[in-house]
Amino acid sequence: MTTTVVASVAPAESTRGAEVTTPRRRVPAWLGLISFGAYVVLFLAIPAVLAVASGFFDGAGDFTFANFAAYANPTILQNFVASLWISALTAILGAVLGAIICFALLGTRSDRMLRSTVDSASSVLAQFGGVMLAFAFIATIGVQGVLTKWLVSIGITPNVFTNFNSNGPLLYQIPGLVIPYLYFQIPLMVLTFMPAMEGLKSTWAEANATLGGTRFTYWTRIGMPILAPAFFGSLILLFANSFSSYATAAALISQGGIIPLAIRQQLTSETIVGVANVAGVLALGMVVVMIILMTAYSALQRRASRWRR
Amino acid sequence: MSASSVSAAEVRAPRLAASRPGSAQKTPRYAAAPSRLTRWIILGVTGVLFIIPILAMIEFSLRVGQTGTYGFEHYAAIFTAGQAGTYDVLFQGILNSIGICIVTVAIVLVLLLPTMILVELKYPKLRGALEFICIIPITIPSIVLVVGFIPVYSVVARIFGSNAWTLAFAVGIIVLPYAYRPIAANLAAVEVVTLSEAARSLGASWGHVLWRVILPNLRSGILSACFITIAVVLGEYTIASFLSQNTFQTALVLVQHTDPYVAVIFAVFALVFAFILLLVIGRLGSLGRNRRAA
Repeated sequence: MTTTVVASVAPAESTRGAEVTTPRRRVPAWLGLISFGAYVVLFLAIPAVLAVASGFFDGAGDFTFANFAAYANPTILQNFVASLWISALTAILGAVLGAIICFALLGTRSDRMLRSTVDSASSVLAQFGGVMLAFAFIATIGVQGVLTKWLVSIGITPNVFTNFNSNGPLLYQIPGLVIPYLYFQIPLMVLTFMPAMEGLKSTWAEANATLGGTRFTYWTRIGMPILAPAFFGSLILLFANSFSSYATAAALISQGGIIPLAIRQQLTSETIVGVANVAGVLALGMVVVMIILMTAYSALQRRASRWRR
Repeated sequence: MSASSVSAAEVRAPRLAASRPGSAQKTPRYAAAPSRLTRWIILGVTGVLFIIPILAMIEFSLRVGQTGTYGFEHYAAIFTAGQAGTYDVLFQGILNSIGICIVTVAIVLVLLLPTMILVELKYPKLRGALEFICIIPITIPSIVLVVGFIPVYSVVARIFGSNAWTLAFAVGIIVLPYAYRPIAANLAAVEVVTLSEAARSLGASWGHVLWRVILPNLRSGILSACFITIAVVLGEYTIASFLSQNTFQTALVLVQHTDPYVAVIFAVFALVFAFILLLVIGRLGSLGRNRRAA
């Protein structure tokens, strides 16, 4: 850490020395930062501020807090609760199952085919899936899906996939989202938790063995306590990921049900609540949740990095 | 980056040494790594669970109507119906996505990359700020940004028209965290400052330094950033659907309502394409590591 700081400070001075001979250089260098800065302001800062601020204005453009009455609406509240429990459930399941897969990958070489395959497959599912994951599950557990048809063919006609909670096909209801969501949550866990898992030093296992410990004591006394902050950090990341994901749900469900879908309803037609800019109010609610999550995440991340030297 | 591979090597080495005395169980009893059997049971079960939906998509795409027979009718239909214009929206969407890909990659190469190099060389104090800016888009859900993009794009449409490629400005923001990481990792591994110092003292101009010294050293990071950008752009749905642009993903959703088979065929191809793209990134990364280690 210290070496990089030293390395970057010393040459900065000598390049400044070079600039003295050619003063024209300073202007283009500065402009380089300006163009990127302008882009970020125009397409990140302004949209983010507009999204959150729009919740504070009424239809006539006057400042108001009245829009927050939207959160008193039972439908909106239900959506928020559904968003939270779907995120919590898929985060916990995804984190546990993902951690088990990371454990299985422990001791495999990161430059071998197995790891490259797992890494790429995880990235595809975690970052690229979206709409296509929805299609995959329409083909698997949808009304005409392979598993559904197989269950029907062996005689289980009204099965969990065709009629869940006597409310129609499982896949097109909010609880049905859990299954496709796990297919991007588990891969994300593998991606984020594997580096921490690989940080376990073999010397700790040897020390444990020398002191007469078993593999069980190794995991309960050394492995798990050391990995705990990283595990909970990844868990938070998974929660945030499922809380903010939209594409999979949008491709499966055409009404509301979770907050991103409620925002869609608000943006396409102003129907649910009788106040203006509900989309902005909901966006603010999401941002507040994300800020809480990210603060907790960075705290845990600092705690986790203590052992990574 | 290098630290993690070193620790991985440390984990490996004693295992190999300890497993040599030919016990039936390859892994020593005290090691953290699971036994071979445990590993393959876990990986086997997850592998099967994760391949089922993909196989289901392939099975689904081969169905001929409701009759229960299989054939390549739906694949053939893509080509025969091409003239009839049935899937025009899908092909147009793919073309639009490719256009957005090109502009987004250009944004990464023209705006992000020079800024990162500049910060590394001349403004090292801004490195933390740049990293923070590039991570922000992960913490703001796309659906929230969309609420703000709608008014911004009413202005953008007035300047550039409502062409599909203008979406690249918004997607470029979504891509920032993914494009930033590989380039930053590469910058950290290469002593850019020392290299450019050396080149300058040997009489190279800044243009030469950039083109002949810095960029070749950042090749694997830049390539990874470009590939991941392409993958993210091809998979982007939220922004495109709200800004009413026809891209690959929005077209898939449209086609899915009229012809689910064709939508599934294209989805499988896209998933496989992205998988190969990311596999190549992985290989690029490990090639870079090997070269540095040697």
